[in-house]
Parts: sequence; structure tokens; C-alpha cells
Amino acid sequence: MFAYLVRRLFLMLVTLFGISVVIFFLLRIVPGNIVDILFAAAGYVDPADKANLEKELGIDQPLVVQYWHWISGFLRGDFGYSYVSEKPALQEILPRIPITAQLAGLALLFSASIGIPLGVISAVKQGTRLDYALRVVSLSGLSLPSFWLGLLVLTASVAMFGQMPLFNPNPQSFGEAVATYCIPAMVVGFRSSALTMRITRSSMLEVLRQDYIRTARAKGASDAAVNYQHALKNAILPVITVIGIEAAFLIGGLIVTETVFNIPGVARFLVEAIRWRDYPIVQNLVMLIAVVVVSANFIVDMLYAVFDPRIRYTD
Amino acid sequence: MATIDYDLELRRAGVHATGGWRRVLFLAQRHVLGAAGLVIMTAFVLTAIFADFIARYDPLTIDSARALARPSLTHWMGTDSFGRDVFSRIIHGARISLAVGIGSTALGGTIGVIVGLTSGYLSGWVDLVFQRVSDVLQALPLLVLALIMTAALGPSLPNVIIAIAIPLIPTVSRVIRANTLALRELPFIESAKSIGMSDVRIALRHVLPNTLAPLIVLATAQLGSTILTEASLSFLGLGIPEPYPSWGRMLSESAAEYARTAPWLVIFPGIAISLAVFGANLFGDALRDILDPRQRS
Amino acid sequence: MADKSDLVLEVKNLKTVFFTNSGLFKAVDDVSFTVKRGETLAIVGESGCGKSVTALSLMRLVPDPPGRIVGGTVTLEGTDLLALDEAQMRAVRGNRISMIFQEPMTSLNPVMRIGDQIVEAVRLHRAMSAKAAWNIAVEMLRLVRIPEPARRAREYPHQLSGGMRQRAMIAMALACRPALLIADEPTTALDVTIQAQILALILDLQKELGTGLVLITHDLGVVAQTAQRVIVMYAGRKVEEASVEALFADPKHPYTRGLMASIPSVPASGAATQARLNEIPGTVPSLVRLPPGCAFAPRCKLAVKRCQDEYPPLMDWGGGHLAACWRAADVAEVA
Repeated sequence: MFAYLVRRLFLMLVTLFGISVVIFFLLRIVPGNIVDILFAAAGYVDPADKANLEKELGIDQPLVVQYWHWISGFLRGDFGYSYVSEKPALQEILPRIPITAQLAGLALLFSASIGIPLGVISAVKQGTRLDYALRVVSLSGLSLPSFWLGLLVLTASVAMFGQMPLFNPNPQSFGEAVATYCIPAMVVGFRSSALTMRITRSSMLEVLRQDYIRTARAKGASDAAVNYQHALKNAILPVITVIGIEAAFLIGGLIVTETVFNIPGVARFLVEAIRWRDYPIVQNLVMLIAVVVVSANFIVDMLYAVFDPRIRYTD
Repeated sequence: MATIDYDLELRRAGVHATGGWRRVLFLAQRHVLGAAGLVIMTAFVLTAIFADFIARYDPLTIDSARALARPSLTHWMGTDSFGRDVFSRIIHGARISLAVGIGSTALGGTIGVIVGLTSGYLSGWVDLVFQRVSDVLQALPLLVLALIMTAALGPSLPNVIIAIAIPLIPTVSRVIRANTLALRELPFIESAKSIGMSDVRIALRHVLPNTLAPLIVLATAQLGSTILTEASLSFLGLGIPEPYPSWGRMLSESAAEYARTAPWLVIFPGIAISLAVFGANLFGDALRDILDPRQRS
Repeated sequence: MADKSDLVLEVKNLKTVFFTNSGLFKAVDDVSFTVKRGETLAIVGESGCGKSVTALSLMRLVPDPPGRIVGGTVTLEGTDLLALDEAQMRAVRGNRISMIFQEPMTSLNPVMRIGDQIVEAVRLHRAMSAKAAWNIAVEMLRLVRIPEPARRAREYPHQLSGGMRQRAMIAMALACRPALLIADEPTTALDVTIQAQILALILDLQKELGTGLVLITHDLGVVAQTAQRVIVMYAGRKVEEASVEALFADPKHPYTRGLMASIPSVPASGAATQARLNEIPGTVPSLVRLPPGCAFAPRCKLAVKRCQDEYPPLMDWGGGHLAACWRAADVAEVA
């Protein structure tokens, strides 16, 4: 168990290092840097000014040096300065994290509380009309782009209430809190609940084919006992392991949904930073996302070991 | 004991559906949803091919006098803020979606197959390196990776295709690698080796054909997701550049303000995206049910 | 015929079919047999002959679709199981009739403790506290000779070896003292050394508890050691039935004879080296397109025209020795 943990931790660090290299160099193969963009807006370029600015931003140095500056800073919690606002990048990023984290948490909750029960029902009722209906709903859930779903919600609320639910970081009433957090979270969560449901369904179907399910029936256990005691316990474990995939899935949804609902979270901020080629923001944000996703996977693996007796006791 | 209608039961089991197109018809009956998906996909492809004949206006012609016209008999789906006919833009948008969908699936799939076969067949350090690179690519959310890729490459149709294809590679290569590893152990590969067949030849002649079914299933499953990713990228303004009529672009941020004044600009492109992706997903699901033996009972 | 009151199980004209996309598959075709209290009946045949489906039919656990029991009666202690509704059948399963499966490695729920799985079997059929049921579970594990039963009961299946798991399966199957135990190839997946132990265990417990036993196997050696009576199945049909002694002394069906000839035996000392091991040519025919006559005819050295055209009925050759073969009278001389 301990050896496994160490191995996993090591692999995780290798992956994160790989990601940092990929991000850093990807962002620098682009022709034209921030200085070009800033000067392009001004219309006139003085080579001396340009060189000065490049020096000031440190982008005249060799890439390897730049990389080292960045990654050592990242590890120390020094994210550098935003090219655009010229404030410390950390100061720009930190206050936006709770907003996105709350949205993500709510969305995940929504996704699990809808997706898991429906997936189980769908598998247990395999081949029935109910199963068909649930499968169509989940597939359509995967097919609707979340940003469109968000836009539809906005359109509908204009049609019904004559106004849009605008983001308010300090909701005054319960209604406002719902509009601020729950509606976007449901828009994001709808899509991932569809994914959760499909994963739960196939995991459950896989388990229902196993020999020990037949053994349970041979004991005289009822369908309910077979499905919900024997099968569910075994089927839920693989569902937990894909929470990592769900997290990655969720971030995609958050990026577009925050944009639609005009929510000042980190996900939307990433898009803005990419447009502005605000490297310090982009590379640190993407690195943060990678850390979140990779550690989510790691934690899930450890949880799996806790929940599954087979892993707990071997080695 | 209740009497049993043997004929009915046998029909249900598909006994009459043996050779050729009877089998296809039977499968279509059994997988109604998959058949529906196939119909949607076909309609989508035909629309893309014959866009010039179906569209009633040029999708790029700007006519400010007609800006933001409501849906009517002349403009079935209304016009946008530049007075361009939304229906014609959606019809032409099918081309973009299809190009990106097929282009990036094919590109990502091909590279993924090569990587997966090499990785699974050679094992050793090549495999180790490929695996770690896959880890890296898979640790980032699809959309984030695609965003950075387009930002790095610049917005254009080929670049969008590449940006979406790259995140696909590890997904495909993992499946192919796992399959190759399993196949390598099988006796017929052993016997091919024993008669002196070269590794490349074995990989191409024996291993690849046997991974075709999972590959097809995977590719169809990814088709919907690539279309969706293109739409998201374009929606965020980092995908297909103006003036091309990309469905996602049509819904781009500015659409939020039109939610109030011109809801048709929100509704129709969204339906187009959802329908195309839904069709691909329905078809992909049925294909998996038919081709993936693990799903068979 | 045996005393009726002594009968635990009476199966009459059991018919189970599978609806497949290549046609109707008669997995069990008109099979009848009885099992007395404390008796062991062996069902023998090659894989695919319908033995396992017969067993699942008795439990009413044939997967539907594609399978369905379409005829006959299965009378257990005077009750026709095929006439019960599902809830009534559940009260019988694991209680009056139990089953042990071939795969001990996969037949236990991996996330439940061994003891809990036995407790479940007990409490499904007996009103008792969890504590009392746990004690029974430990007792059962002791009965199947698992060392340190109290500790083992708290373990998970993966912590036990294959032989131990099969013992646990037996403990679970016998926990409610069923009238009939069905063992479907209970030792096939185990090591040879363990096989004998498990068989001995089953037989001991059967004797101790007076359980009727249906033992499904392809191994005639096992049959000779364990059973009192044997039925031989071929292509879904019963082709021969006899006491073990009669069957081994004078097999009437060429198929049975073939099965026996394919067992390797040590040549008697002094005898010339044994002739080449006999095998039955060909394979079991597809059950979908059975020939109109005897299903074994295409593989049978003795087959004549009649065998191909007309299915031979089961005929009594004395003392309840039944065989379905037109040439049964000539088998001994020719072969």
C-alpha cells in the first residue's frame, strides 16, 4: 500500500512537470507576444520602447531561464504580475477561486444526486420504456452545449420575468442566492449528471452480469436486495473513480457557463487571459487547474483503496 | 404454464434477420434510437454537401437594412445584427461543424492508432514515454487544452482541427494500446511471428484489423464531442474566425444581449449544434451496443 | 420404483429453450428424473449438452431472455416449483433447494464479508437476530472444515483460496438445511488435490444432513466415486439412465460407451501397452439444427438408416436401466 502511494505520488509529480513544460512552451510558440499586442493597439511602435518593455517583462531572456523563473515562483506561491492589470497575478486569481469552487461543488452535488440514482434505475430496468426514456434524456444532456443551455435559461427568464439573473457576489435574498449560484450550477451539472448517469448505468450492468449476483438470487434474495445491496455496492466503486474525469469535464462546462452568466470566476478569467495573452495569468491558472485535476484523481484512487476491501488488504 | 408464441419470441431474437440488408433492418428495428441517429447524421452530411443549393441567401452577405429581422417567410430563422440570413448561415455552418468533426476525429484517430500500436507493440521505454505524455495530455480538461492550442496556433479552421485532434490522441491510443497488449498474447499472433512475419506487418495485418471495432466505436463516440468542442471554442471567440458561419460563433457572447431582443439568434444555432451532436451520440451508442461484445448479454 | 414419500425431487418432461438469433435452441428437451432423500444423482455429458441449464431450470434461474422453461414439472417435496409465483419461489431458493456453482472465485460477492453472505442466506429464510444468524454462519464454516471459522467469517472472499471459497459456498448453500443440493461442476475450477477434499466434504455433509444431491459433472471418475444413479445427457436429451453399477458394467448407449472409453486408464500389469486412447469423433451438434433422428447418429459408429430418420425412445433394459438407442442390444458386441 505504502509503495503504491509513493509510486502514485511520483507519477503525479512527473505528470505535473510535463504539464508545466507543455503549457509554457505552447504559450510561446505563438508569433507575437504581449508587447506586440499592446503596441498594436497604440498603432505606433518605437523599437527602443518595445525592447524596454520586453526587458521589463523579462521576455527577452532565453526560454529556459523564463521557465525556471516561472516554475520556481509558482512553487513559492509567487505567480508574477499580470501583464494586463500589472497587479500580482495571485491577487487577481485568488479572489475568483471561491466563486468557481462553489459553483463546481454545487454542480458536482447536483450531478451525483441526479445521475447516480437515475443510472441505477436505468440499469435495473434495462430494456424497459423507462430505461429508454432515461437514456434519451442523458444522451440529450450530453448533446446540449452548456453555454446554449445557459443562454436558453437567460432567454426564458427574460421572457418570463422580463430580466436576466445577474451575478451578485453577495446575494441579499434567498431568491438571489439561487439565481446567482444554483441556476448556473444546474446548467453545468445537467451535463455532468448525464455523464454520471451513463457511467453508473454501465457499471451497474457490468456488475449485474457477475456470478455473485446469480449466487445472491440462488440464496432466495429478492430483486430489490440483489440490485440495491449486492449490485450497487460493487457498482458504486467504479463510479467514484471517474470523479476525476468528471472534474475535468466540469471545468469545461464552467468556462462557458461563467462566460454566459457573466460570473467573475477563475474559469472565465482564463478565457480573458488567453485572449490578452496574459501569460502569467494563463500559465499559472492552467497549472492550478492541472494540480486540481491531478490531485482529484489521486485522492479518488486513495478513496477507492479505502472503500474497496480487495485493495485495502492486499500488499 | 402460459402458452408461448414461439414465432414471436424467435422474431424478437432476430432469427429471420440473417444475411445482408434484412440484418440491417432488424438492427435498425432493435436500435430505433441508433437508426434515428443515423438519419440525423445523414441529413447533416447531406446538408453540408448541398449547402449551396439548400441555403436561400449567401451566408456572408451583409445587409444592414435587414438587421435583426424576426423569422418570417423570407427569412425563416430571421437575420442577425449584420442582416445575414440565419437559416443560410446555419446550413453553411454544417460544413464547418462537419469539417471539424470529421477532420479532428480522423487526425486524432490516425495519430492515436499509430501511437497506440507502437506503444502496445514495442512496450519498453517507448511505451513508457508515450504513456507519460498521455498522462500529461489527459490531465488537462479537453476544452482547456483546446483553448491553449488555438491560442498558440491562432484562430483558423485547420488550427481548430489540430487543436481539437490533439486531446483526442491519448484517448484513442490508450484503447488501441490496451487492445494490442491483449491481442499480442493470442495464439494467432504467436503463429504469425513463428512463420517469420515482421513486426510492422503483424501490427498492420493482424493487430489493426482486430482493433477496428473498438476504434470505430470510439471514433463515433468522439465525433459528437469534437463538434461540441468546436462550438465551445468558437463561442468563446477562440475558434473559427469571422465571417465563417460557425454555429458556436453565431452564439458567441454577444448573443447574451440578444437573448432579450432577438431570441431567434439564440435558439436556432443551438438547435443545430444539439441536433448534430445528439445524432452522433445516438448513432455512436447503438454502434457500441452492436459492435462491442462486452455489452452483449 | 422407490417409495413415493422418500422422493425429494421429481422432474417430469422438463423442457427449456433458448430463443437465439440463429433459431430455437432446445437446451433441455423432455428430461425426467427423480432424486431420493440422501441419494446422489449424477448428470454427465460433454459441455453444451444441457446439464447446467437443467440445474438452473430446477432453481428457476435460467436467464430470460433468451431462455425460458416451456414445459414439464419440477416437484420438490410435493410442490411443483414451476407453478409457484416468484415470491413463493424465492422462499424455496436457498431454503429447500440450493446450488453450488462452478466458479468459486467469482461466485462470492467481493465487497461482503464471508460471514455476512452466509448470514444473508440464513436470515432470508429464518426469522432470527443478526447475532444468532452470525453464530450459525460461524458454525457452518466450522462444519465445512474451515480452520478458525470465527476469524474467517470476518474476512472478504479475496482473502480466501479457491478451495476455501468453495467451502464457504457449500456452507452458504447448506445453511438452511435444504432438501436438495445442486452442485454444478463444483470441483472443475479447483486444483486436483483440492478436488478430492471438496467432493469428500460434500458427500460427508450430504450423509450427515440427509440432503438429496444432484451432481453435475463431465468427469466419469467423479461419478463412479460419488453417485448412486447416473443420467447421461446428449444434446439436451437424456440418453441413458442407470444405477452406477449397471452403467459402468453394461453401458447401453454408444455415447456413454464412448465417454467411458475416453477415460485414460492404467493398463493392467503384464498386459500389452494400452491401445490408443479412444475418442468420440466429431463434436456435439448445434442444438438449433438437430437431425430428425438420434442426435448422436452422425458421430456413432453403429448408426444405421433408422438412427438418422427416427428418434429412439427411452427403453427399459431391466432394473430401471433406460437407454435411448435403436442399437442398444448390439452395443456390447460391436464395440
